[in-house]
Amino acid sequence: MSGFSFIGKEVRRPEGGDKASGRALYIHDLTRPGMLYGKIKFSAHAHARIKRIDTTRAARVPGVHAVITAYDTPEIRIGFLRDNFALKKDKVRQFRDEIAAVAAADPDAAAEAVDLIEVEYEPLPGVFTPEEALAVGAPLVHETSSDGAPRASNVLDLAYGHDSGDIEAARRASRHVASGEYSTPLIQQSCMGTAGCLAEFDAAGNLTMWAKTQIPFLAQRDFNQALSALGLRGRNTRVIVPALGGGFGTGLDTHAYEYIAILLAWRSGRPVRIVYDREEEFSCLSPRQSARTRITQGCDAAGRLTFRDVEVLQDNGAYTSWGATYPSVMLLPVTSLYRVPNVRFRARLVYTNNTYCQAMRGYGNPEVTWPIESSLDDLAAAAGIDPLDLRLMNCNEPGEVTPMGLKVTTCGLRQCLEAASGRLRWREKRGSGRRVARGVGMASLIHVGGGGKIYRSDGSGIVLKLDDFGNVNVSYGGVEMGQGLHTVLRQAVAEAVGIRPENVFVNQTDTATCPWDVGTHASRGAFMAGNAALLAAARLREKLFQWAEQVFPAEVERNVRALCRKDPAYRPPDFDVAASARAGSFDLKEGWLFLKDAPADPALRIEFARLLRAVHYRDRGTIFTQEAFYEPDTELPDWSKGRGNMSENYAYGTQAVEVEVDRETGEVKILALVAAHDVGRVLNPVTLKGQIHGALAQGVGYALYEEVKTRAGRILNPGFTDYKIPTACEMDFPIELVFVETDEQSGPFGAKGVGEPGMVPTAPAIANAIYDAVGVRVKDLPITPEKVLAALHASRA
Amino acid sequence: MAHVVSFELNGRPVSVQAEPWARLIDLLRGPLGHTGTKEGCGEGECGACTVLVDGAAINSCLFPALEVEGRSVTTIEGLQDASGRLAALQEAFVEEGGVQCGFCSPGMILAAAGLLLRTQDPSEAEIREELAGNLCRCTGYAQIVAAVQAAAGRASSREGQGA
Repeated sequence: MSGFSFIGKEVRRPEGGDKASGRALYIHDLTRPGMLYGKIKFSAHAHARIKRIDTTRAARVPGVHAVITAYDTPEIRIGFLRDNFALKKDKVRQFRDEIAAVAAADPDAAAEAVDLIEVEYEPLPGVFTPEEALAVGAPLVHETSSDGAPRASNVLDLAYGHDSGDIEAARRASRHVASGEYSTPLIQQSCMGTAGCLAEFDAAGNLTMWAKTQIPFLAQRDFNQALSALGLRGRNTRVIVPALGGGFGTGLDTHAYEYIAILLAWRSGRPVRIVYDREEEFSCLSPRQSARTRITQGCDAAGRLTFRDVEVLQDNGAYTSWGATYPSVMLLPVTSLYRVPNVRFRARLVYTNNTYCQAMRGYGNPEVTWPIESSLDDLAAAAGIDPLDLRLMNCNEPGEVTPMGLKVTTCGLRQCLEAASGRLRWREKRGSGRRVARGVGMASLIHVGGGGKIYRSDGSGIVLKLDDFGNVNVSYGGVEMGQGLHTVLRQAVAEAVGIRPENVFVNQTDTATCPWDVGTHASRGAFMAGNAALLAAARLREKLFQWAEQVFPAEVERNVRALCRKDPAYRPPDFDVAASARAGSFDLKEGWLFLKDAPADPALRIEFARLLRAVHYRDRGTIFTQEAFYEPDTELPDWSKGRGNMSENYAYGTQAVEVEVDRETGEVKILALVAAHDVGRVLNPVTLKGQIHGALAQGVGYALYEEVKTRAGRILNPGFTDYKIPTACEMDFPIELVFVETDEQSGPFGAKGVGEPGMVPTAPAIANAIYDAVGVRVKDLPITPEKVLAALHASRA
Repeated sequence: MAHVVSFELNGRPVSVQAEPWARLIDLLRGPLGHTGTKEGCGEGECGACTVLVDGAAINSCLFPALEVEGRSVTTIEGLQDASGRLAALQEAFVEEGGVQCGFCSPGMILAAAGLLLRTQDPSEAEIREELAGNLCRCTGYAQIVAAVQAAAGRASSREGQGA
């Protein structure tokens, strides 16, 4: 694509140098004068009554400034369903429940004091699987709802479903049917920088929170509610986002530890920082939800999909985060991945006494793409059709409206299927490696690519503030967590305003200085920021060009004088500058203002900074600060009906994998992987590759290695020795990335969201390749050597 | 009882008090204020705290502080030159996309620096092997490996020019 100065280029990551040199400041690096170290006392039981808490000895530890419990602090309710509390009273419902907390002058004193807090429990029977939770007469995790109404069961009062067409008729009319039960495990987001925050009050009771968050403005609202609970109604929270050591969904909720830091800071009158260590991160930070899925889908004799019936059961854990809305995203692949006319979807979430769960990259999508794409290969086998052909035959196309009501604009799925299979040499390899236990598999995805409407607004604000030197300072409320948001924002602003990227400075995300934004989730960061930047830049340029009318002729005279001084033979252009200097005649590009009719004439170009100074330093001058708010044209779906066009466009992709299975050990070795993604437009090849490579590694971990193991609610592997994420050695196989550019009209410069898609289809693509290699299908992630061996033994029996 | 430990930190002599149980990372991030060294796990599992001791990459979360007496320690702050210009390896990490959230970057870069001190032109397999103790959740490692290869290439081509 021509015409862009910076879009599509390898523009440098603005904060990259600071990160590569250790200058970037994470929550772990922040200190404040007089700051105390907060530490939390967690529950020793999964389900128990709290009989007694004694903090006397803890309070006597030298250096301890505050010890708090739910019994001596105001109640702060938190969570998506307000079913959680900052500190727990009367009853604990999971091992990680926060019972008390300490603030001390040094971390050792805080740890010692926490150890000295005595808690007496009366253990209660717990429920640790969805089946136990659903059993008649099962102990209730919550006896009442947040409004005090008695609860009759452990099923959450959240309804997600979809019905279109006639499932039963379609099932009867189907020539081939495949069904199965699949599961995905709890996994840990595994941010390299653990969770933490720093809370500080001013003398008036206003709060500053340095938070590891992806939702600074929703967090501000949550924290302001906490201030009200403390009797500080009307006071304000300022949320400042430091460098984040990864996000991956962990920042989409506010957390008990944050409220505890607030309580400790309020009680002690000192700034308080809480930072989790790695064991706390594993044991006490919410992991990705697990899911169990029952799927049936069918096709006619030719292989055209006839119906899809999906039921999901999720273990919510003891409390409810935004992660309980995973089914809202499951609706996308269930109703709209490949063309399927009859769809039924039901999702239920149940409380258990396990650790409660939260968001992670893909947000429900990988959980159901796993069964859908695995089962699709079973269907292909039943129908005797190559899985590639089955997918091509049912491929989504531009312009279609899916059963969910998704309005497909651009759709590069067909190109992705062809590219992924072509590059992997699918036709040659499929079915031919069985003798040496090699096989190929593929899987595709659909995801939101143009924002994802899950709140009443899906909007983002931006402010561009110009200085005297041709720089644009950008205030944007979205969060840079490593994905490269600030890099592409810098590019988008430079491109849209017409300056150079090095003159764009993205301010630290701060609710006091940045305009409102709903959060950095749903692959929406670059899409929203880019569109907001384009809106603001268009208005800014209009105003700039109007002012240029007044200052341009004088600046041209200065140019001419300077050129004459340099070269006495210089002759100014024969050009009526005053007549030509009309707002509509100007252009601004790469930091130069010029007339469109004479773009190359050195006399008729002025540096952007000069234009700004000329406007600032004159009688009745002005300043330039431009805001804009971008709100996508989308619908908040009706979740119980599963209908609504929640995004302005949809991202597609196909991954194809070749594996070799060791029949003796069950080990799976990936030989090659091709990831073809419809990205709309490549904004920055380096950050885009980074998003896909990083997501692929998480997809490989999800497929083969990762699982938070629990026994009766206790997490058994709270460290990287027992919880394996891929290292550089596990990722040692050829990876080819293919970017399909569909030039999406709703996207900034044609781009779609790309943050999450990379990890969505990886696991089923690998499982399908294993099936091709050795003829067994593992239906429970992760696909460990033990499961492969067991499946091989079962297939021989 | 605290001891005084004296060593060379990024080319400058330092003396600092250390409890016998202190870890090197505690000295670096605490009294010495070198917060570029990150603590990701505290158990030697993730490599975020990697620094060089006498040119060899070690986990500073496992390394007893008193053991650095008389030795030379390089942290991420010590890789750039006196004017603050990034070293070629750091530059390559930024250019190639080896840096995302950045939390693993200092340790990852120092692990790679330790390798490049031993081997000027490592193979991809050697790079991956060397970095296997440094976890990264953002990048999938492809661009990290590319960065180390690019930096090694630059270093060897510079030497080629000098010869």
